[in-house]
Amino acid sequence: MHTAAGVEACLPIRSDMDLVWVRQHVRQAAARLGFGLVDQTKLVTAASELARNTLVHGGGGQMAAQHVSSRGSQGLRLAFSDEGPGIADLELALSDGYTSGGGLGMGLSGARRLVHDFEIDSAPGSGTTVRVTCWVVRPPRPREGV
Amino acid sequence: MSDAYSGPVTGHVPVLRLGDVLLVTLQGDLHDSTAQQLQQDLAETVSRTGVRGVLIDISGVEIVDSFLGRVLAEIAAQAKLLAARTVVAGMRPAVAITLVELGLTLPGLGTALSTEAGMELLSQQAPSRPGGPRQESP
Amino acid sequence: MPEHEADGQLATPTHEVRDFLHRRREQIAQRWADEPLFRAVFTVSRDEAVEAGKVVVDALTQVADSEQVEDPDSAGFSAVREQLGRMGAARSRAGLSNTQVSSELAALRPPVENLLAADLQQAPPEHLRACSTVLTVLMGTLRLVAMQTALSEWQALSDRQRMQLLEVATPVIRLWDGIVAVPLIGTLDSARSQVVMETLLNAVVEEHARFAILDITGVPTVDSLVAQHLMKTVAAARLMGAECIVSGIRPAIAQTIVHLGLDLDVITRASLADALGYALHQLGADIVKPGAGQR
Repeated sequence: MHTAAGVEACLPIRSDMDLVWVRQHVRQAAARLGFGLVDQTKLVTAASELARNTLVHGGGGQMAAQHVSSRGSQGLRLAFSDEGPGIADLELALSDGYTSGGGLGMGLSGARRLVHDFEIDSAPGSGTTVRVTCWVVRPPRPREGV
Repeated sequence: MSDAYSGPVTGHVPVLRLGDVLLVTLQGDLHDSTAQQLQQDLAETVSRTGVRGVLIDISGVEIVDSFLGRVLAEIAAQAKLLAARTVVAGMRPAVAITLVELGLTLPGLGTALSTEAGMELLSQQAPSRPGGPRQESP
Repeated sequence: MPEHEADGQLATPTHEVRDFLHRRREQIAQRWADEPLFRAVFTVSRDEAVEAGKVVVDALTQVADSEQVEDPDSAGFSAVREQLGRMGAARSRAGLSNTQVSSELAALRPPVENLLAADLQQAPPEHLRACSTVLTVLMGTLRLVAMQTALSEWQALSDRQRMQLLEVATPVIRLWDGIVAVPLIGTLDSARSQVVMETLLNAVVEEHARFAILDITGVPTVDSLVAQHLMKTVAAARLMGAECIVSGIRPAIAQTIVHLGLDLDVITRASLADALGYALHQLGADIVKPGAGQR
């Protein structure tokens, strides 16, 4: 269960076919690291949202999956990156219901609620990278006040 | 395009007609394009056959993200315009928990525990015709 | 009696202590076997306690040899870490507080110190002082290692118990065909409500339950966070095709909910019995009193 094999990977996101691969890989990696069914589902759903953002808004990119551990907890970190136009107003993009792509506007904000740690790096013209982490046994964390 | 509710074509989800109801069974991981194709197929089939209900069995679906959630909501909305009610049956607990956490409660959709319960729900609603059957929209 | 004092060539204090521990291995272990800590842990035989004591002395010798007497991560300790942890944990289980365990560990020092003082009677006082300082530090580190290990075992145990408690505290009861109920007792925090939600929804699937009753009679207070958890459960059940009823809302809680301005968009009933009555009615099975039966 502590092996990185089958967890670490870098997958391209170029078409909606690739979204299926991303979901399958995240599902398998999460199962291998010992995530419960509900947490697996949350993580796969978050990955699906973020990968679709990479595809639709970033014009394609990639996802890197990484096995992380901290104080005895196992975790899965996913990084979605693209070289697209970037996000000018992060706060706006992260709010519920905001959409630029004709979706329900729950992609970024919803994905953030499904994971334990969420980081986003973006600026107009320099692409976007979103990093999310989920822990199998949660390290103590303060109740989010966001 | 011959018969929309016949055999499985690549990119198409089979749509079965059971009396007054169209039954769709979704399975596994759906491509975005397949889901969009289904939405279009259903609109055409409801309109052509004049059925009163659409039953979508999602017990075999492992995740519903906001894209598929939107497709389901739109299927229900367009069916309603064509005087048909939509029921989604058999959502798994993990999927339901995730959707709620994601912020989607899909208020326009009817839901049922299983396809049997869904069929029952749709047949109950059928007689109360005038005004159009609906359940939970405010 | 130490040999080196004759020509004034003294070993370094650390090495002196190492040699002393090696030489007096048997006696130290014998004396420790009579200390409360060893006596209480190794109850089967005294020999067992002596053997365990020797292992600890060997570990101390190795640590002194590596000259890392103040380092709890020193390699020498790794051999006894588990044993020390077990000893500490056993004493905690016997009802001793951490402070008491710690002082029992501290009690291992004086017997060793007395032996050392006896051995170095002839040595210059400053050498004796230096050696007993080394020994004090070494025994202090030993105590630290034992406490560290015992505490982390205790932590793991308490985590396990907490998880078990979460599961035990959430019994889902099948009240009728198609009706399940979960009586909630105590405070609802995030972890707990997660377990409640999963358990209830799984029961809904297993029992083909069209109605799920969340009885909050035993929940002392409802704040906005608890209300939010309840609403999430209700919404998830709805997506699956089941309806939730929240019952057992005491007057004080009803007031709080109104004061907080929370809109509980859910069917509520005052008692579990009322909720059951409502669900039965919806399922087409009404309860009638025997006498007032067939209208």
